[in-house]
Amino acid sequence: MSEPLHRKILEPNARLFAALSTVLVTIGGLVEIVPLYSSALGPEHMDEVEPYTPLELAGRDIYIREGCYNCHSQMIRPMRAETLRYGPWTRAGEYQWDHPFQLGSRRIGPDLQRVGGKYPDAWHYQHMENPRATTPGSVMPPYTWLLADTYDKADIVATVGAMTTLGVPYEASPESWVGEAVDTQAQQIVAKLKDAKIDTEPDREIVALIAYLQSLGVDGKKAVAARGGGA
Amino acid sequence: MSSHRTDYDDAIVRKFISATVLWGAVGMLVGAIIALQLAYWPANLGLPWTTFGRLRPLHTNAVIFAFAGNSVFAGIYWSMQRLCKVRMFNDSLSNFHFWGWQAIIVSAAVTLPLGLTQGKEYAELIWPIDLAIAVVWVAFAVNFFGTIAVRRVEHLYVSLWFYMSMVITITMLHVVNSLALPATLTRSYPLFAGITDALVQWWYGHNAVGFLLTTPFLGLMYYFLPRAADRPVYSYRLSIIHFWALVFLYIWAGPHHLLYSALPDWAQTLGMVFSVVLIAPSWGGMLNGLLTLRGAWDRLRTDPVLKFFVVGITFYGMSTFEGPMMSIRAVNALSHYTDWTVGHVHSGALGWVGMVTFGMLYWMVPRAWNKPLHSQDWATAHFWLATIGIVLYVVAMWVAGVTQGLMWRSVTADGLLEYPNFVDTVLRLMPLYWIRLLGGLCYLAGTLLMGVNFIKTATGSATTSSEGLAHV
Repeated sequence: MSEPLHRKILEPNARLFAALSTVLVTIGGLVEIVPLYSSALGPEHMDEVEPYTPLELAGRDIYIREGCYNCHSQMIRPMRAETLRYGPWTRAGEYQWDHPFQLGSRRIGPDLQRVGGKYPDAWHYQHMENPRATTPGSVMPPYTWLLADTYDKADIVATVGAMTTLGVPYEASPESWVGEAVDTQAQQIVAKLKDAKIDTEPDREIVALIAYLQSLGVDGKKAVAARGGGA
Repeated sequence: MSSHRTDYDDAIVRKFISATVLWGAVGMLVGAIIALQLAYWPANLGLPWTTFGRLRPLHTNAVIFAFAGNSVFAGIYWSMQRLCKVRMFNDSLSNFHFWGWQAIIVSAAVTLPLGLTQGKEYAELIWPIDLAIAVVWVAFAVNFFGTIAVRRVEHLYVSLWFYMSMVITITMLHVVNSLALPATLTRSYPLFAGITDALVQWWYGHNAVGFLLTTPFLGLMYYFLPRAADRPVYSYRLSIIHFWALVFLYIWAGPHHLLYSALPDWAQTLGMVFSVVLIAPSWGGMLNGLLTLRGAWDRLRTDPVLKFFVVGITFYGMSTFEGPMMSIRAVNALSHYTDWTVGHVHSGALGWVGMVTFGMLYWMVPRAWNKPLHSQDWATAHFWLATIGIVLYVVAMWVAGVTQGLMWRSVTADGLLEYPNFVDTVLRLMPLYWIRLLGGLCYLAGTLLMGVNFIKTATGSATTSSEGLAHV
């Protein structure tokens, strides 16, 4: 692209200039994004990784609302120090039902990719009420309102409906089954909390958030193990 | 105003300048608050609306889209009218753009503390606001290309190339990354899932940096620096080469945000390679800027405008060297997830975007209001406050990042983690977080001083003569 040509052909011709710019800025994105939809070059599907339950989805919406991703990642890198601390490194298929992704970019707190099952439900309850009760020195703010506020079942039905449209394999007509599924799982968490001498109601936001946190990385770990991979 | 001169719309420029200063101060203040929250958690105040998780997106959105956004618009509306020798295509579109953009900012400031978010970094705003952004942006684009269509200068000057690449690319990024299915009036879910969603997001996120915080600012540099220094651009040929290289290469670099993630390896490698190659066109821009000052370096001693430009361009060179380094896997293994990244973006944001904005504003305000600057000394004081603030901030974050990165990976002779308790690696950073806060407060103080200086300039009684600065 010699100097006089640029001046002669491109600079007086705004349309040509804009068209060439458009073509050039489009190429990189196309080359990187489109192949992710091919089976050879894209992320591997994992049958073991099941969609979130409706209550877990509600908890995930709370996680997003509170901006947890600003301090917590959900991505374990394939390095010895990471797998020692957090467990097996993350495979792409573990995210296959995540709309939106929540990988995060900064760890002010630890990674949460495999936090599911790491602590009892009561630990999470106490941690949200007062992070320093479970983690002395923690800089996390308390999230006491989660203990009092309630989630809305109609909202969860809408979320499950949207996820179905996006291709997540849920049963059809969510209004017919979501309410019961939410109640059953919430009651189980309430019962576990009661065993730890914590009284709460099944419709509290904290119950949904605990359901979500306890689901993180559990299916993925099974899928990784089934493929003979560990840490 | 004599009749043979084009009747430029400077009222719209004054509006965008005022908004830049106002939102800059607000965005930086929120930044200082969240910096305090990391050093002293009770500053979260125990309220849902004031927690770090909700305020940090407010800070990033305010600084990127309100401060830098309005700054770019102010500079474009001033310079493109003069480069095209014609008034903006349509005054109503200009005003719709201004008020629409401010309404979007206010709605962001309301919704983000309420926890209404899409949960994608730098693209948090909920879908109705995303639609509003698209409408306002298209109005701007029509006004922009309309002005180019009716221009009275045959050749497009280099600044306009960079502005054009912004208008085109931001449209594409915003539309694709915002593709989502609404579930309720305030919630939506992206069409993309998992790691694909992550790649689309960082393709967007990295190129928001590229085409909102880099190319338009290079365009501003190419217009305002030669005028402030009274020297022609160093190399026309270099501007052609680095422009086209930047436009083509930048878009590939997004995957460097996902190194060592579950993103397929080939995509990570593409991201890394293109990031390293990006040094060349980035430094082409830096060199073309700095060398434009040849023969004018002595004026650096006295002219605050040039001081801001030189430090700004130098930080551009520094952070466009640091960025590619951090995109190399071996370096990223240490830097990722740490404050090193936070330091890196702030050397770009405070150093490049902020300093170029300040230099441009100190040059433009006396001309847009047709009054001499109230105080050159205050402008120089602002320069030193900002520079010292950046250095404190960035050095504190470098040390914090490397410290925490090394602590995470440190293993004992027995092969066990030396710091198995994560919180130990956070508590070690506390002194550095206080230093970072101090640096941020210096920077904020400088911005406030600039605001007062501009208010006194605009309301002062002194005027520049009719043959004064306005048409330079």
